[in-house]
Amino acid sequence: MKVVFERPEALQNVPFTYCAGCTHGIIHRMVAEAIDSLGIREKTIGVSPVGCAVFAYDFFNCDVVAAAHGRAPAVATGIKRSHPDKYLFTYQGDGDLAAIGTAEIVHAAARGERITVIFVNNAIYGMTGGQMAPTTLLGQKTDTTPYGRDARANGLPIRVCELLQSLDGVAYIERVSTHDPKHVLQAQKAIKKAFQYQVEDKGFTLIELLSTCPSNWGMTPVESLKWLEENMLPYYKLGVYKDIG
Amino acid sequence: MSEKKLMKGNEAIGEAAITAGCRHFFGYPITPQSELPAYLSKRMPQVEGVFLQAESEVSAINMVYGAAASGVRVMTSSSSPGVSLKQEGISYLASSELPSVVCNIMRAGPGLGTIQPSQSDYFQAVKGGGHGDYHCLVLAPNSVQEIVDLVRLAFDLADHYKNPAMILIDGVLGQMMEPVDFGNYKPTFVEKPWAANGCKDRKPNAITSIHIDPKDMEQHNLRLQKKYALISEKEQRSEEWMMEDADIMVASYGMTSRIVKSAIRKAREEGIKVGLFRPITLWPFPEKKLDENINRVKEILVVELSAGQMIEDIKLVNNGRLPVSFHGRMGGMTPSVEDIYDEIKKIHDRLTVKA
Ligand SMILES: Cc1ncc(C[n+]2csc(CCOP(=O)(O)OP(=O)(O)O)c2C)c(N)n1
Ligand code: SF4
Repeated sequence: MKVVFERPEALQNVPFTYCAGCTHGIIHRMVAEAIDSLGIREKTIGVSPVGCAVFAYDFFNCDVVAAAHGRAPAVATGIKRSHPDKYLFTYQGDGDLAAIGTAEIVHAAARGERITVIFVNNAIYGMTGGQMAPTTLLGQKTDTTPYGRDARANGLPIRVCELLQSLDGVAYIERVSTHDPKHVLQAQKAIKKAFQYQVEDKGFTLIELLSTCPSNWGMTPVESLKWLEENMLPYYKLGVYKDIG
Repeated sequence: MSEKKLMKGNEAIGEAAITAGCRHFFGYPITPQSELPAYLSKRMPQVEGVFLQAESEVSAINMVYGAAASGVRVMTSSSSPGVSLKQEGISYLASSELPSVVCNIMRAGPGLGTIQPSQSDYFQAVKGGGHGDYHCLVLAPNSVQEIVDLVRLAFDLADHYKNPAMILIDGVLGQMMEPVDFGNYKPTFVEKPWAANGCKDRKPNAITSIHIDPKDMEQHNLRLQKKYALISEKEQRSEEWMMEDADIMVASYGMTSRIVKSAIRKAREEGIKVGLFRPITLWPFPEKKLDENINRVKEILVVELSAGQMIEDIKLVNNGRLPVSFHGRMGGMTPSVEDIYDEIKKIHDRLTVKA
Protein backbone atom coordinates (compact mmCIF):
# COMPACT_ATOMS: atom_id res chain seq x y z
CA MET A 1 0.00 0.00 0.00
CA LYS A 2 1.24 3.42 -0.89
CA VAL A 3 0.51 6.18 1.60
CA VAL A 4 0.44 9.59 0.04
CA PHE A 5 0.57 12.52 2.43
CA GLU A 6 -0.92 15.47 0.75
CA ARG A 7 0.10 18.77 2.25
CA PRO A 8 -2.96 20.69 3.43
CA GLU A 9 -3.29 24.07 1.72
CA ALA A 10 -3.35 25.76 5.12
CA LEU A 11 0.21 24.57 5.76
CA GLN A 12 3.22 26.14 4.06
CA ASN A 13 5.48 23.94 1.99
CA VAL A 14 8.29 23.83 4.54
CA PRO A 15 9.49 21.12 6.92
CA PHE A 16 8.64 21.49 10.62
CA THR A 17 11.53 22.48 12.86
CA TYR A 18 10.18 20.68 15.93
CA CYS A 19 12.24 17.91 17.54
CA ALA A 20 11.96 14.42 16.09
CA GLY A 21 8.80 12.72 17.31
CA CYS A 22 7.30 15.90 18.78
CA THR A 23 3.52 15.96 18.45
CA HIS A 24 3.39 19.70 17.60
CA GLY A 25 3.83 18.74 13.91
CA ILE A 26 0.85 16.41 13.72
CA ILE A 27 -1.29 18.91 15.63
CA HIS A 28 -0.38 21.67 13.15
CA ARG A 29 -1.40 19.32 10.36
CA MET A 30 -4.75 18.55 11.98
CA VAL A 31 -5.50 22.24 12.47
CA ALA A 32 -4.61 22.96 8.84
CA GLU A 33 -6.81 20.11 7.63
CA ALA A 34 -9.75 21.38 9.67
CA ILE A 35 -9.32 24.86 8.17
CA ASP A 36 -9.12 23.41 4.65
CA SER A 37 -12.13 21.16 5.11
CA LEU A 38 -14.24 24.21 5.97
CA GLY A 39 -12.69 26.29 3.16
CA ILE A 40 -11.89 29.16 5.52
CA ARG A 41 -8.10 29.56 5.10
CA GLU A 42 -8.34 33.07 3.69
CA LYS A 43 -10.65 34.12 6.49
CA THR A 44 -8.67 32.53 9.30
CA ILE A 45 -6.15 34.27 11.56
CA GLY A 46 -4.01 32.26 13.95
CA VAL A 47 -2.49 33.54 17.17
CA SER A 48 0.74 31.83 18.15
CA PRO A 49 2.00 31.51 21.73
CA VAL A 50 5.31 31.90 23.47
CA GLY A 51 6.51 28.32 23.61
CA CYS A 52 7.85 25.89 21.06
CA ALA A 53 5.06 26.92 18.64
CA VAL A 54 6.15 30.58 18.67
CA PHE A 55 7.16 30.26 15.00
CA ALA A 56 3.77 28.84 13.95
CA TYR A 57 3.59 31.61 11.30
CA ASP A 58 6.45 29.84 9.52
CA PHE A 59 4.21 26.80 9.09
CA PHE A 60 0.59 27.93 8.76
CA ASN A 61 -0.41 29.30 5.39
CA CYS A 62 -2.76 31.93 6.82
CA ASP A 63 -2.30 35.22 8.67
CA VAL A 64 -0.70 34.71 12.08
CA VAL A 65 -0.12 37.11 14.97
CA ALA A 66 2.43 36.15 17.61
CA ALA A 67 1.18 37.02 21.11
CA ALA A 68 3.09 37.67 24.32
CA HIS A 69 3.35 34.71 26.73
CA GLY A 70 -0.14 33.63 27.77
CA ARG A 71 -1.96 36.51 26.10
CA ALA A 72 -3.15 34.74 22.95
CA PRO A 73 -6.84 34.68 23.98
CA ALA A 74 -6.77 38.45 24.58
CA VAL A 75 -4.99 39.07 21.26
CA ALA A 76 -7.50 36.82 19.48
CA THR A 77 -10.33 38.71 21.20
CA GLY A 78 -8.95 42.00 19.86
CA ILE A 79 -8.82 40.64 16.32
CA LYS A 80 -12.20 38.89 16.44
CA ARG A 81 -13.93 41.99 17.83
CA SER A 82 -12.41 44.01 14.98
CA HIS A 83 -13.29 41.42 12.31
CA PRO A 84 -16.31 39.41 13.47
CA ASP A 85 -16.55 37.81 10.01
CA LYS A 86 -13.11 36.17 10.40
CA TYR A 87 -12.17 32.93 12.19
CA LEU A 88 -9.64 32.95 14.99
CA PHE A 89 -7.64 30.20 16.57
CA THR A 90 -5.06 30.36 19.32
CA TYR A 91 -2.41 27.70 19.59
CA GLN A 92 -1.10 27.44 23.17
CA GLY A 93 1.05 25.22 25.34
CA ASP A 94 0.28 24.32 28.93
CA GLY A 95 2.62 26.93 30.42
CA ASP A 96 1.21 29.58 28.12
CA LEU A 97 -2.44 28.74 28.75
CA ALA A 98 -2.62 27.19 32.22
CA ALA A 99 0.02 29.22 34.12
CA ILE A 100 0.84 32.73 32.94
CA GLY A 101 -2.30 33.01 30.78
CA THR A 102 -4.98 31.68 33.14
CA ALA A 103 -6.81 35.00 33.43
CA GLU A 104 -6.93 35.44 29.66
CA ILE A 105 -8.24 31.93 28.92
CA VAL A 106 -10.84 31.95 31.70
CA HIS A 107 -12.26 35.31 30.66
CA ALA A 108 -12.23 34.62 26.94
CA ALA A 109 -14.23 31.47 27.73
CA ALA A 110 -16.53 33.33 30.13
CA ARG A 111 -17.24 35.99 27.51
CA GLY A 112 -17.98 33.26 25.01
CA GLU A 113 -15.47 34.72 22.55
CA ARG A 114 -16.01 33.16 19.16
CA ILE A 115 -12.53 31.68 18.96
CA THR A 116 -11.09 28.16 18.80
CA VAL A 117 -8.34 27.32 21.26
CA ILE A 118 -5.88 24.56 20.41
CA PHE A 119 -4.42 23.62 23.78
CA VAL A 120 -1.30 21.45 23.60
CA ASN A 121 -0.75 19.71 26.94
CA ASN A 122 2.67 18.05 27.06
CA ALA A 123 2.97 18.27 30.86
CA ILE A 124 6.16 20.32 30.66
CA TYR A 125 7.69 23.62 29.52
CA GLY A 126 9.27 22.65 26.21
CA MET A 127 10.82 25.82 24.88
CA THR A 128 12.63 26.82 28.07
CA GLY A 129 14.16 23.39 28.53
CA GLY A 130 11.84 21.20 30.57
CA GLN A 131 10.67 22.96 33.73
CA MET A 132 7.55 22.02 35.67
CA ALA A 133 4.29 23.02 33.99
CA PRO A 134 0.93 23.49 35.72
CA THR A 135 0.00 20.17 34.08
CA THR A 136 3.13 18.25 35.19
CA LEU A 137 1.98 15.03 36.87
CA LEU A 138 2.65 14.19 40.52
CA GLY A 139 5.96 12.40 40.77
CA GLN A 140 7.06 13.61 37.33
CA LYS A 141 10.69 14.72 37.24
CA THR A 142 11.44 17.98 35.49
CA ASP A 143 14.23 20.55 35.56
CA THR A 144 12.55 22.34 38.47
CA THR A 145 11.09 19.23 40.18
CA PRO A 146 14.25 17.11 40.25
CA TYR A 147 12.79 14.84 42.98
CA GLY A 148 9.47 14.54 41.20
CA ARG A 149 6.47 16.87 41.55
CA ASP A 150 5.29 16.85 45.12
CA ALA A 151 1.73 17.93 45.91
CA ARG A 152 2.64 19.81 49.07
CA ALA A 153 5.69 21.55 47.67
CA ASN A 154 4.65 22.14 44.05
CA GLY A 155 0.87 21.99 44.04
CA LEU A 156 -1.32 19.68 42.01
CA PRO A 157 -1.72 19.48 38.24
CA ILE A 158 -4.52 21.53 36.67
CA ARG A 159 -7.20 19.88 34.55
CA VAL A 160 -8.11 22.67 32.13
CA CYS A 161 -11.22 21.14 30.50
CA GLU A 162 -12.76 20.41 33.89
CA LEU A 163 -11.88 23.92 35.04
CA LEU A 164 -13.51 25.68 32.08
CA GLN A 165 -16.57 23.50 31.53
CA SER A 166 -18.69 25.35 34.09
CA LEU A 167 -18.48 28.61 32.17
CA ASP A 168 -21.64 29.45 30.27
CA GLY A 169 -19.81 31.11 27.38
CA VAL A 170 -18.33 27.75 26.38
CA ALA A 171 -19.91 25.97 23.42
CA TYR A 172 -17.62 22.99 23.10
CA ILE A 173 -14.70 21.53 25.02
CA GLU A 174 -13.12 18.15 24.39
CA ARG A 175 -9.92 16.44 25.53
CA VAL A 176 -8.27 14.20 22.97
CA SER A 177 -4.91 12.47 22.62
CA THR A 178 -2.21 12.02 20.01
CA HIS A 179 -0.61 8.76 21.19
CA ASP A 180 -1.91 6.44 18.44
CA PRO A 181 -3.63 6.65 15.03
CA LYS A 182 -7.05 5.88 16.44
CA HIS A 183 -6.83 8.77 18.85
CA VAL A 184 -5.35 11.08 16.24
CA LEU A 185 -8.42 10.43 14.13
CA GLN A 186 -10.61 11.31 17.10
CA ALA A 187 -8.57 14.48 17.65
CA GLN A 188 -8.94 15.45 14.02
CA LYS A 189 -12.73 15.21 14.27
CA ALA A 190 -12.78 17.27 17.46
CA ILE A 191 -10.67 20.08 15.98
CA LYS A 192 -12.86 20.24 12.90
CA LYS A 193 -15.98 20.34 15.04
CA ALA A 194 -14.56 23.21 17.09
CA PHE A 195 -13.94 25.29 13.96
CA GLN A 196 -17.37 24.29 12.65
CA TYR A 197 -18.94 25.65 15.86
CA GLN A 198 -17.06 28.89 15.37
CA VAL A 199 -18.31 29.17 11.80
CA GLU A 200 -21.82 28.67 13.21
CA ASP A 201 -21.12 31.39 15.80
CA LYS A 202 -21.96 29.10 18.72
CA GLY A 203 -19.48 30.32 21.31
CA PHE A 204 -16.07 29.58 22.77
CA THR A 205 -14.44 26.29 21.75
CA LEU A 206 -11.34 24.55 23.10
CA ILE A 207 -9.65 21.29 22.24
CA GLU A 208 -7.03 19.98 24.66
CA LEU A 209 -4.56 17.62 23.02
CA LEU A 210 -2.45 15.34 25.22
CA SER A 211 0.97 15.50 23.62
CA THR A 212 4.59 14.55 24.03
CA CYS A 213 7.89 16.31 24.48
CA PRO A 214 10.46 13.57 23.85
CA SER A 215 13.38 16.00 24.20
CA ASN A 216 12.54 17.23 27.68
CA TRP A 217 10.95 14.01 28.88
CA GLY A 218 14.29 12.38 28.04
CA MET A 219 12.67 9.59 26.03
CA THR A 220 12.55 8.33 22.47
CA PRO A 221 9.45 9.27 20.49
CA VAL A 222 8.04 5.74 20.90
CA GLU A 223 8.70 5.68 24.66
CA SER A 224 7.04 9.09 24.91
CA LEU A 225 3.83 7.90 23.29
CA LYS A 226 3.76 4.96 25.69
CA TRP A 227 4.44 7.23 28.70
CA LEU A 228 1.60 9.52 27.62
CA GLU A 229 -0.80 6.59 27.36
CA GLU A 230 0.19 5.03 30.66
CA ASN A 231 0.58 8.18 32.76
CA MET A 232 -1.38 11.06 31.28
CA LEU A 233 -4.55 9.25 30.21
CA PRO A 234 -5.47 8.11 33.75
CA TYR A 235 -5.20 11.66 35.13
CA TYR A 236 -6.44 13.59 32.10
CA LYS A 237 -9.57 11.67 31.13
CA LEU A 238 -10.44 11.91 27.47
CA GLY A 239 -13.87 12.99 26.40
CA VAL A 240 -16.31 15.77 25.70
CA TYR A 241 -16.58 18.12 28.67
CA LYS A 242 -19.13 20.46 27.17
CA ASP A 243 -21.10 20.46 23.97
CA ILE A 244 -24.09 22.74 23.51
CA GLY A 245 -24.90 20.86 20.30
CA MET B 1 -20.83 72.37 12.07
CA SER B 2 -18.36 73.62 14.59
CA GLU B 3 -19.77 74.72 17.90
CA LYS B 4 -18.45 74.75 21.43
CA LYS B 5 -19.40 72.00 23.86
CA LEU B 6 -18.73 71.88 27.57
CA MET B 7 -16.91 68.64 28.30
CA LYS B 8 -14.74 66.86 30.87
CA GLY B 9 -11.20 66.11 29.76
CA ASN B 10 -11.70 62.34 30.02
CA GLU B 11 -14.89 62.45 27.93
CA ALA B 12 -13.19 64.68 25.37
CA ILE B 13 -10.55 61.97 24.89
CA GLY B 14 -13.34 59.53 24.06
CA GLU B 15 -15.18 61.81 21.65
CA ALA B 16 -11.93 62.88 19.97
CA ALA B 17 -11.04 59.22 19.43
CA ILE B 18 -14.42 58.61 17.80
CA THR B 19 -14.01 61.61 15.50
CA ALA B 20 -10.56 60.21 14.65
CA GLY B 21 -12.20 57.03 13.39
CA CYS B 22 -11.40 54.87 16.41
CA ARG B 23 -14.09 52.22 16.82
CA HIS B 24 -12.33 49.90 19.25
CA PHE B 25 -11.67 50.51 22.92
CA PHE B 26 -10.43 48.01 25.49
CA GLY B 27 -9.95 49.03 29.13
CA TYR B 28 -10.16 48.20 32.80
CA PRO B 29 -11.66 50.50 35.45
CA ILE B 30 -9.38 52.74 37.51
CA THR B 31 -9.73 56.22 39.01
CA PRO B 32 -9.23 58.98 37.83
CA GLN B 33 -9.99 57.91 34.26
CA SER B 34 -13.33 56.17 34.78
CA GLU B 35 -15.36 58.82 32.88
CA LEU B 36 -13.59 57.77 29.69
CA PRO B 37 -14.66 54.10 29.57
CA ALA B 38 -18.10 55.12 30.86
CA TYR B 39 -18.41 57.63 28.00
CA LEU B 40 -17.20 55.16 25.37
CA SER B 41 -19.42 52.36 26.66
CA LYS B 42 -22.30 54.69 25.79
CA ARG B 43 -20.90 56.10 22.55
CA MET B 44 -19.31 53.08 20.86
CA PRO B 45 -22.57 51.18 20.33
CA GLN B 46 -24.06 54.36 18.77
CA VAL B 47 -21.35 54.34 16.07
CA GLU B 48 -21.23 50.54 15.66
CA GLY B 49 -17.98 50.43 17.56
CA VAL B 50 -16.64 48.04 20.17
CA PHE B 51 -16.31 48.82 23.86
CA LEU B 52 -14.96 45.94 25.90
CA GLN B 53 -14.19 45.93 29.61
CA ALA B 54 -11.30 43.49 29.93
CA GLU B 55 -10.36 41.35 32.93
CA SER B 56 -7.18 43.36 33.52
CA GLU B 57 -4.95 46.02 32.00
CA VAL B 58 -2.71 43.19 30.81
CA SER B 59 -5.57 41.71 28.81
CA ALA B 60 -6.75 45.13 27.62
CA ILE B 61 -3.38 46.04 26.11
CA ASN B 62 -3.17 42.63 24.43
CA MET B 63 -6.62 43.13 22.96
CA VAL B 64 -5.25 46.42 21.64
CA TYR B 65 -2.35 44.43 20.22
CA GLY B 66 -4.74 42.10 18.38
CA ALA B 67 -6.98 44.89 17.09
CA ALA B 68 -3.99 46.97 15.94
CA ALA B 69 -2.46 43.92 14.27
CA SER B 70 -5.68 43.46 12.33
CA GLY B 71 -5.47 47.03 11.03
CA VAL B 72 -8.09 49.04 12.92
CA ARG B 73 -7.70 52.24 14.94
CA VAL B 74 -7.73 51.24 18.60
CA MET B 75 -7.30 52.87 21.99
CA THR B 76 -6.97 51.93 25.65
CA SER B 77 -6.78 54.10 28.73
CA SER B 78 -5.80 53.69 32.32
CA SER B 79 -4.11 55.44 35.21
CA SER B 80 -0.64 54.91 36.61
CA PRO B 81 -0.86 51.47 38.34
CA GLY B 82 -2.77 50.13 35.36
CA VAL B 83 -0.31 51.62 32.90
CA SER B 84 2.47 49.81 34.74
CA LEU B 85 0.66 46.56 33.96
CA LYS B 86 0.41 47.53 30.29
CA GLN B 87 4.16 47.95 29.86
CA GLU B 88 4.88 44.44 28.57
CA GLY B 89 2.21 44.90 25.94
CA ILE B 90 3.49 48.36 24.97
CA SER B 91 6.98 46.95 24.42
CA TYR B 92 5.47 44.30 22.11
CA LEU B 93 3.42 46.97 20.27
CA ALA B 94 6.57 49.03 19.74
CA SER B 95 8.59 46.06 18.51
CA SER B 96 5.87 44.73 16.21
CA GLU B 97 5.31 48.34 15.05
CA LEU B 98 1.58 48.40 15.70
CA PRO B 99 -0.21 51.78 15.59
CA SER B 100 -2.22 52.27 18.77
CA VAL B 101 -3.14 54.95 21.32
CA VAL B 102 -2.65 54.51 25.06
CA CYS B 103 -3.89 57.14 27.53
CA ASN B 104 -2.43 57.56 30.99
CA ILE B 105 -4.48 59.82 33.28
CA MET B 106 -1.73 59.99 35.88
CA ARG B 107 -2.26 59.65 39.61
CA ALA B 108 0.26 59.73 42.41
CA GLY B 109 2.51 56.75 43.11
CA PRO B 110 4.55 54.76 43.75
CA GLY B 111 2.45 51.72 44.58
CA LEU B 112 -1.28 52.15 44.90
CA GLY B 113 -0.55 55.76 45.88
CA THR B 114 -3.55 58.02 45.69
CA ILE B 115 -6.02 59.12 43.04
CA GLN B 116 -4.93 62.75 43.13
CA PRO B 117 -3.06 64.27 40.16
CA SER B 118 0.58 63.65 39.48
CA GLN B 119 3.21 63.76 36.74
CA SER B 120 5.37 61.05 38.18
CA ASP B 121 5.03 58.65 35.23
CA TYR B 122 7.15 60.87 32.96
CA PHE B 123 10.13 58.51 33.08
CA GLN B 124 7.91 55.50 32.43
CA ALA B 125 6.27 57.20 29.45
CA VAL B 126 9.26 58.77 27.70
CA LYS B 127 12.16 56.52 28.68
CA GLY B 128 10.59 53.23 27.66
CA GLY B 129 8.68 51.85 30.62
CA GLY B 130 8.79 48.31 29.31
CA HIS B 131 11.83 46.29 28.29
CA GLY B 132 14.06 46.93 25.29
CA ASP B 133 15.19 49.98 23.33
CA TYR B 134 11.98 51.62 22.18
CA HIS B 135 9.96 54.81 22.36
CA CYS B 136 6.30 55.71 22.39
CA LEU B 137 5.25 59.04 20.95
CA VAL B 138 4.15 60.93 24.07
CA LEU B 139 1.75 63.89 23.82
CA ALA B 140 0.92 66.07 26.82
CA PRO B 141 -2.06 68.43 26.35
CA ASN B 142 -2.82 71.19 28.87
CA SER B 143 -6.47 71.98 28.07
CA VAL B 144 -9.56 70.07 27.08
CA GLN B 145 -9.38 71.61 23.60
CA GLU B 146 -5.79 70.52 23.23
CA ILE B 147 -6.79 67.02 24.36
CA VAL B 148 -9.08 66.83 21.35
CA ASP B 149 -6.41 68.09 18.96
CA LEU B 150 -3.68 65.84 20.32
CA VAL B 151 -5.79 62.67 20.50
CA ARG B 152 -6.47 63.10 16.78
CA LEU B 153 -2.81 63.79 16.15
CA ALA B 154 -1.88 60.70 18.19
CA PHE B 155 -3.94 58.45 15.89
CA ASP B 156 -2.41 60.06 12.79
CA LEU B 157 1.16 59.84 14.07
CA ALA B 158 0.65 56.26 15.29
CA ASP B 159 -0.54 55.20 11.83
CA HIS B 160 2.10 57.20 10.00
CA TYR B 161 5.04 55.86 12.01
CA LYS B 162 3.53 52.47 12.89
CA ASN B 163 4.19 53.14 16.54
CA PRO B 164 2.25 53.28 19.80
CA ALA B 165 1.37 56.85 20.86
CA MET B 166 0.59 57.88 24.41
CA ILE B 167 -1.59 60.69 25.74
CA LEU B 168 -0.18 61.71 29.10
CA ILE B 169 -2.32 63.94 31.32
CA ASP B 170 -2.93 64.24 35.03
CA GLY B 171 -6.14 63.57 36.86
CA VAL B 172 -7.11 67.24 37.20
CA LEU B 173 -7.23 67.80 33.45
CA GLY B 174 -9.16 64.55 33.05
CA GLN B 175 -11.84 65.78 35.44
CA MET B 176 -11.85 69.42 34.33
CA MET B 177 -14.83 70.82 32.38
CA GLU B 178 -13.98 73.23 29.56
CA PRO B 179 -15.53 74.33 26.30
CA VAL B 180 -14.26 72.44 23.24
CA ASP B 181 -14.75 72.80 19.53
CA PHE B 182 -14.67 69.58 17.53
CA GLY B 183 -14.66 71.49 14.23
CA ASN B 184 -15.32 69.79 10.91
CA TYR B 185 -12.47 67.33 11.23
CA LYS B 186 -12.43 64.24 9.00
CA PRO B 187 -9.91 61.50 9.75
CA THR B 188 -7.54 60.30 7.07
CA PHE B 189 -6.95 56.57 7.04
CA VAL B 190 -3.79 55.01 5.69
CA GLU B 191 -3.55 51.69 3.88
CA LYS B 192 -2.33 48.84 6.08
CA PRO B 193 -1.28 46.08 3.69
CA TRP B 194 0.72 44.47 6.51
CA ALA B 195 -2.35 43.85 8.70
CA ALA B 196 -3.40 40.35 9.73
CA ASN B 197 -7.06 40.39 8.71
CA GLY B 198 -7.37 37.40 6.40
CA CYS B 199 -5.09 36.54 3.47
CA LYS B 200 -7.60 36.75 0.62
CA ASP B 201 -5.79 37.42 -2.68
CA ARG B 202 -2.43 37.88 -1.02
CA LYS B 203 0.34 36.03 0.79
CA PRO B 204 -0.23 35.48 4.53
CA ASN B 205 0.94 38.24 6.86
CA ALA B 206 2.83 37.43 10.04
CA ILE B 207 3.05 39.89 12.92
CA THR B 208 5.68 39.14 15.51
CA SER B 209 8.33 40.68 17.72
CA ILE B 210 10.66 37.68 17.84
CA HIS B 211 13.86 37.75 15.74
CA ILE B 212 15.75 34.87 17.22
CA ASP B 213 19.02 35.39 15.31
CA PRO B 214 20.89 38.23 17.09
CA LYS B 215 22.05 39.56 13.73
CA ASP B 216 18.41 39.95 12.68
CA MET B 217 17.44 41.39 16.03
CA GLU B 218 20.19 43.99 15.76
CA GLN B 219 19.00 44.95 12.29
CA HIS B 220 15.45 45.22 13.64
CA ASN B 221 16.71 47.50 16.41
CA LEU B 222 18.69 49.62 13.98
CA ARG B 223 15.57 50.08 11.85
CA LEU B 224 13.57 51.12 14.91
CA GLN B 225 16.30 53.57 15.95
CA LYS B 226 16.29 55.09 12.48
CA LYS B 227 12.54 55.57 12.74
CA TYR B 228 12.91 57.18 16.19
CA ALA B 229 15.56 59.55 14.80
CA LEU B 230 13.17 60.56 12.01
CA ILE B 231 10.33 61.12 14.49
CA SER B 232 12.65 63.19 16.66
CA GLU B 233 13.64 65.29 13.64
CA LYS B 234 10.07 65.91 12.46
CA GLU B 235 7.65 65.79 15.35
CA GLN B 236 8.97 68.00 18.16
CA ARG B 237 6.24 70.31 19.42
CA SER B 238 6.28 72.96 22.13
CA GLU B 239 4.72 76.23 23.19
CA GLU B 240 6.61 79.39 24.15
CA TRP B 241 4.74 82.01 26.10
CA MET B 242 6.16 85.44 27.01
CA MET B 243 9.59 84.18 26.09
CA GLU B 244 10.61 87.00 23.64
CA ASP B 245 12.32 89.18 26.26
CA ALA B 246 12.53 86.66 29.12
CA ASP B 247 15.56 86.33 31.40
CA ILE B 248 14.00 83.46 33.32
CA MET B 249 12.50 80.42 31.58
CA VAL B 250 10.04 78.26 33.49
CA ALA B 251 9.70 74.81 31.92
CA SER B 252 6.53 72.94 32.67
CA TYR B 253 4.01 70.73 30.86
CA GLY B 254 0.39 69.65 31.09
CA MET B 255 -1.94 71.05 33.74
CA THR B 256 0.99 72.36 35.81
CA SER B 257 1.91 74.75 33.01
CA ARG B 258 -1.37 76.60 33.61
CA ILE B 259 -0.51 77.27 37.24
CA VAL B 260 2.91 78.40 36.00
CA LYS B 261 1.25 80.83 33.56
CA SER B 262 -0.65 82.48 36.41
CA ALA B 263 2.59 82.80 38.39
CA ILE B 264 4.31 84.31 35.35
CA ARG B 265 1.49 86.85 34.92
CA LYS B 266 1.89 87.90 38.54
CA ALA B 267 5.68 88.22 38.16
CA ARG B 268 5.29 90.18 34.93
CA GLU B 269 3.06 92.68 36.76
CA GLU B 270 6.12 93.40 38.86
CA GLY B 271 8.33 93.78 35.85
CA ILE B 272 10.08 90.41 36.16
CA LYS B 273 11.04 89.15 32.71
CA VAL B 274 9.92 85.55 32.84
CA GLY B 275 8.32 83.23 30.29
CA LEU B 276 7.07 79.68 29.87
CA PHE B 277 8.54 76.88 27.78
CA ARG B 278 5.99 74.07 27.51
CA PRO B 279 6.88 70.77 25.86
CA ILE B 280 3.80 69.42 24.04
CA THR B 281 5.55 66.32 22.79
CA LEU B 282 7.41 64.79 25.73
CA TRP B 283 8.87 62.26 23.34
CA PRO B 284 10.27 63.38 21.03
CA PHE B 285 11.46 66.02 23.50
CA PRO B 286 11.43 69.51 21.90
CA GLU B 287 15.21 69.84 22.10
CA LYS B 288 15.63 72.24 19.21
CA LYS B 289 13.31 74.97 20.53
CA LEU B 290 14.54 74.44 24.07
CA ASP B 291 18.12 74.89 22.92
CA GLU B 292 17.27 78.18 21.15
CA ASN B 293 15.61 79.46 24.30
CA ILE B 294 18.47 78.43 26.56
CA ASN B 295 20.71 80.56 24.36
CA ARG B 296 18.58 83.61 25.17
CA VAL B 297 17.73 83.34 28.88
CA LYS B 298 19.82 83.46 32.07
CA GLU B 299 18.22 80.88 34.37
CA ILE B 300 15.84 77.96 34.20
CA LEU B 301 13.16 76.86 36.66
CA VAL B 302 11.44 73.51 36.15
CA VAL B 303 8.04 72.86 37.74
CA GLU B 304 6.54 69.38 37.82
CA LEU B 305 4.18 67.24 39.90
CA SER B 306 7.03 64.84 40.68
CA ALA B 307 10.38 64.61 42.44
CA GLY B 308 11.94 65.92 39.23
CA GLN B 309 11.73 63.83 36.08
CA MET B 310 11.42 66.07 33.01
CA ILE B 311 14.16 68.19 34.57
CA GLU B 312 16.64 65.50 33.49
CA ASP B 313 15.81 66.09 29.82
CA ILE B 314 16.03 69.85 30.36
CA LYS B 315 19.47 69.40 31.92
CA LEU B 316 20.64 67.19 29.04
CA VAL B 317 19.82 69.92 26.53
CA ASN B 318 21.15 72.65 28.84
CA ASN B 319 24.38 70.68 29.16
CA GLY B 320 25.64 72.76 32.10
CA ARG B 321 25.20 76.14 30.44
CA LEU B 322 22.71 77.74 32.85
CA PRO B 323 21.70 77.22 36.48
CA VAL B 324 18.61 74.97 36.66
CA SER B 325 16.39 74.92 39.73
CA PHE B 326 13.35 72.82 40.52
CA HIS B 327 10.01 73.17 42.21
CA GLY B 328 7.86 70.08 42.54
CA ARG B 329 5.10 68.62 44.64
CA MET B 330 4.42 64.92 45.02
CA GLY B 331 1.80 62.51 46.26
CA GLY B 332 -1.14 64.27 44.64
CA MET B 333 -0.36 67.74 46.02
CA THR B 334 -0.19 70.70 43.63
CA PRO B 335 1.88 73.87 43.96
CA SER B 336 0.05 77.17 44.34
CA VAL B 337 0.53 80.18 42.07
CA GLU B 338 2.15 81.85 45.09
CA ASP B 339 4.70 79.01 45.53
CA ILE B 340 5.83 79.24 41.93
CA TYR B 341 5.86 83.03 42.02
CA ASP B 342 8.14 82.87 45.08
CA GLU B 343 10.58 80.63 43.19
CA ILE B 344 10.58 83.02 40.23
CA LYS B 345 11.13 85.97 42.56
CA LYS B 346 14.09 84.23 44.25
CA ILE B 347 15.76 83.69 40.89
CA HIS B 348 15.00 87.28 39.87
CA ASP B 349 16.57 88.66 43.04
CA ARG B 350 19.66 86.49 42.50
CA LEU B 351 20.01 87.74 38.93
CA THR B 352 19.59 91.37 40.10
CA VAL B 353 22.29 91.01 42.75
CA LYS B 354 24.61 89.45 40.15
CA ALA B 355 23.96 92.32 37.75
C1 LIG C 1 6.74 36.92 30.26
C2 LIG C 1 7.54 35.72 29.94
N1 LIG C 1 7.87 34.85 30.93
C3 LIG C 1 8.60 33.76 30.63
C4 LIG C 1 9.02 33.49 29.36
C5 LIG C 1 9.87 32.27 29.08
N2 LIG C 1 9.13 31.19 28.45
C6 LIG C 1 9.19 30.98 27.13
S1 LIG C 1 8.32 29.66 26.62
C7 LIG C 1 7.85 29.29 28.20
C8 LIG C 1 7.01 28.09 28.52
C9 LIG C 1 6.61 27.31 27.35
O1 LIG C 1 5.97 26.15 27.73
P1 LIG C 1 4.57 25.72 27.14
O2 LIG C 1 3.62 26.85 27.16
O3 LIG C 1 4.13 24.51 27.89
O4 LIG C 1 4.85 25.39 25.59
P2 LIG C 1 5.82 24.31 24.93
O5 LIG C 1 7.12 24.99 24.71
O6 LIG C 1 5.92 23.14 25.87
O7 LIG C 1 5.14 23.98 23.64
C10 LIG C 1 8.39 30.22 29.09
C11 LIG C 1 8.20 30.15 30.56
C12 LIG C 1 8.65 34.43 28.35
N3 LIG C 1 9.02 34.29 27.09
N4 LIG C 1 7.92 35.51 28.66
S1 SF4 D 1 11.21 20.80 23.09
FE1 SF4 D 1 9.54 19.34 23.31
S2 SF4 D 1 7.64 20.47 22.74
FE2 SF4 D 1 9.44 21.62 21.98
S3 SF4 D 1 9.73 20.93 19.88
FE3 SF4 D 1 11.08 19.70 21.15
S4 SF4 D 1 9.86 17.90 21.66
FE4 SF4 D 1 8.45 19.45 20.89
